[in-house]
Amino acid sequence: MTAGTTTHQKESMSNGMLGFILFLASEVMFFGGLFAAYFIARADSPSWPPTELLSAQQIADGVKLELEVVLTAISTGILILSSVTVQWAVFQIQRGNQKGLLWGLFISIVLGAIFLVMQMYDYTQLHFRADDTVFGTTFYTLTGFHGAHVLGGVIIMTLILGRSLAGHFTAEHHEAVEAASMYWHFVDIVWIALFATLYLIPA
Amino acid sequence: MDWLTTVDHKKLGILYLWFTLFFFAVGGILAILVRTQLAVGENTFLANDAYNQIFTMHASAMLFLFIIPIWAGFGNYFVPLQIGALDMAFPRINALSFWMLPPAGLLMFAGFLVDGGAAAGGWTAYSPLSRQAGMGMDLWIMAVLLLGMSSTIGAANFLVTMFRMRAPGMTMFRMPIFTWTMLVTALLQLLATPVLAAALAMLFIDRNYGGAFFDPNGGGNVVLWQNVFWFYSHPAVYIMILPGMGIISEILPVFSRKPLFGYKAFVFATMGIGALGFSVWAHHMFTTGAVLLPFFGIMTFMIGVPTGVKIFNWLGTLWGGSISFKAPMLFALGFVSMFLIGGLNGTFSAAVPVDFALHDTYFVVAHIHYVLFGGSVFAVFAGMYYWFPKIWGRKLDERLGQLHFVFMFIGFNLAFFPMHLLGLDGMPRRIATYANESGWEPLNILSTVGAYIIAIGMIPFIINLVLAFRRPPDQPNDPWEGNTLEWATTSPPPVHNFDSIPPVKSERPLFDARQENTNMENH
Repeated sequence: MTAGTTTHQKESMSNGMLGFILFLASEVMFFGGLFAAYFIARADSPSWPPTELLSAQQIADGVKLELEVVLTAISTGILILSSVTVQWAVFQIQRGNQKGLLWGLFISIVLGAIFLVMQMYDYTQLHFRADDTVFGTTFYTLTGFHGAHVLGGVIIMTLILGRSLAGHFTAEHHEAVEAASMYWHFVDIVWIALFATLYLIPA
Repeated sequence: MDWLTTVDHKKLGILYLWFTLFFFAVGGILAILVRTQLAVGENTFLANDAYNQIFTMHASAMLFLFIIPIWAGFGNYFVPLQIGALDMAFPRINALSFWMLPPAGLLMFAGFLVDGGAAAGGWTAYSPLSRQAGMGMDLWIMAVLLLGMSSTIGAANFLVTMFRMRAPGMTMFRMPIFTWTMLVTALLQLLATPVLAAALAMLFIDRNYGGAFFDPNGGGNVVLWQNVFWFYSHPAVYIMILPGMGIISEILPVFSRKPLFGYKAFVFATMGIGALGFSVWAHHMFTTGAVLLPFFGIMTFMIGVPTGVKIFNWLGTLWGGSISFKAPMLFALGFVSMFLIGGLNGTFSAAVPVDFALHDTYFVVAHIHYVLFGGSVFAVFAGMYYWFPKIWGRKLDERLGQLHFVFMFIGFNLAFFPMHLLGLDGMPRRIATYANESGWEPLNILSTVGAYIIAIGMIPFIINLVLAFRRPPDQPNDPWEGNTLEWATTSPPPVHNFDSIPPVKSERPLFDARQENTNMENH
């Protein structure tokens, strides 16, 4: 192994991180497919929410295609705040502050859990189900898959918290923390897109 | 036991190969059942329901359990070797990718045991058929989801391996062509497969939780399924063919004693096919009336350009070469000629008015088999004969290989060429039988005879395998005088792949090494 130019440039990122970013790209495409379904359903419908599709039976059963905006706006704020706190945790460990990392992670986990509880509560308050027109189907599918990702993020951050307690991370070695925070930001950005799409775009 | 826990890319590659060849056999048996049923008009060999399940499972097995994962198998074995790496970037994730396949195969075929039978809506699973089908459909959805996850994480693994694990001197533009095609394939898998996962999730929700994605009564859209499905499945046809193109681009230069004509043009053409592959999905949906016909027609024609470039790469490589017609070369040449026909008849149906006449006829079946059987499957066997000495240290017998090729080539054309004519005559695909008065019987008999000849052609191949494994391994490092790094190590390679890697100064490091040796001898 003598001559030849070297292909190993100075590596700014580990293999694991690169693989993780590629994984996130596939996640983007997954949500892209779901968003596409939502937009097509919405474009097809003469009105949104498509109340004209409700049968007399559904109306008699009290089905209302209405979303709870205020509660969700609050939980959106909570999720955005958790992105800030997890990034703060990353900044702390970059400076070698393990205690800051612990607190940042802990607060982010709590905020993520609050978001999930609020989403569950929201589900119980809504007057439509997944089988009440494509409005219900898209709403529960999109928010449900996102919620599953939030749960996944909470679990990942809890694992990272465990490793932090064991003192695994230092100013030099904390890539797992960065990856977890990136995942969390991704989940957060998807939610902002979802909130804007499902709740804010006027009919 | 070692095989169950291994994370060695070579052993996993071998597991992939055996697994996929098993499902090639299963899919082949189903194909024989289909052809037997269709041999004569108004046949009662298979009941209609059984026929629907069998043709659906034939395609599902061939596409999802054979052709897509077998490229991962060859890729697993040869990408690290070709770039001079010790293993894949993530060996344990690599093992996970493989071990998702057996449960997926079991799930998919378990459909035959449940009420209502296996999936029967075709491999395209169009709604509303797939919404209404029995439980076999749910098993099919779960199986394809698993396979999708396997190829998505596998794709990320391949990409990181190629970006990060190359030997010193192995720049991107010195990577062997097979590795390049695996790179573009991995990109397609990474970005397209999750959309299929989304589509399958929607279908599952529609079927099991009263969803209305594809139900117009609830405001859903039937054509939505076709859009999301083909957004994956059109790139997927390139996933199924690009590595095959890569394999024959390794073989043609070696057996013509020339470098590949236009290496960079080939790489850019591969990228072009990959990129354009995302913009043509709706050419499967011309007759829905719900897609922008001129756009998707033109984009589809444009795919012919990079594909044509490749045909010229291959012809230019052969031109003036000193060609030896060994078994790998025969299959590679079979690929070039059959794929050319498959490309041309595909371009026919890119023309919207022509497609309106041909849609859902046997012409489409002829097209898909010319690219996927005449193309991909021939490439699989080309790769088998070419790389067998490297993987198992033994050479497959040349005479039996040639016999295998002759049977396959004749049987293939006999089986699938008549389908063009049947399609032009209006014979619809996916029907269990046809009327005697239709006049389709003679060509169908011909096609069935062709299918049997293909099946018989597998006998010399199996004998060849058995005989090869009964011989002791005797192959040198480089039995073919190859160009790429996998030939620099022993056959089979040691666990750590290389004792030493020759310097890489071009895309043909082994050729360079041989030249250097001759120069030194001359001095």
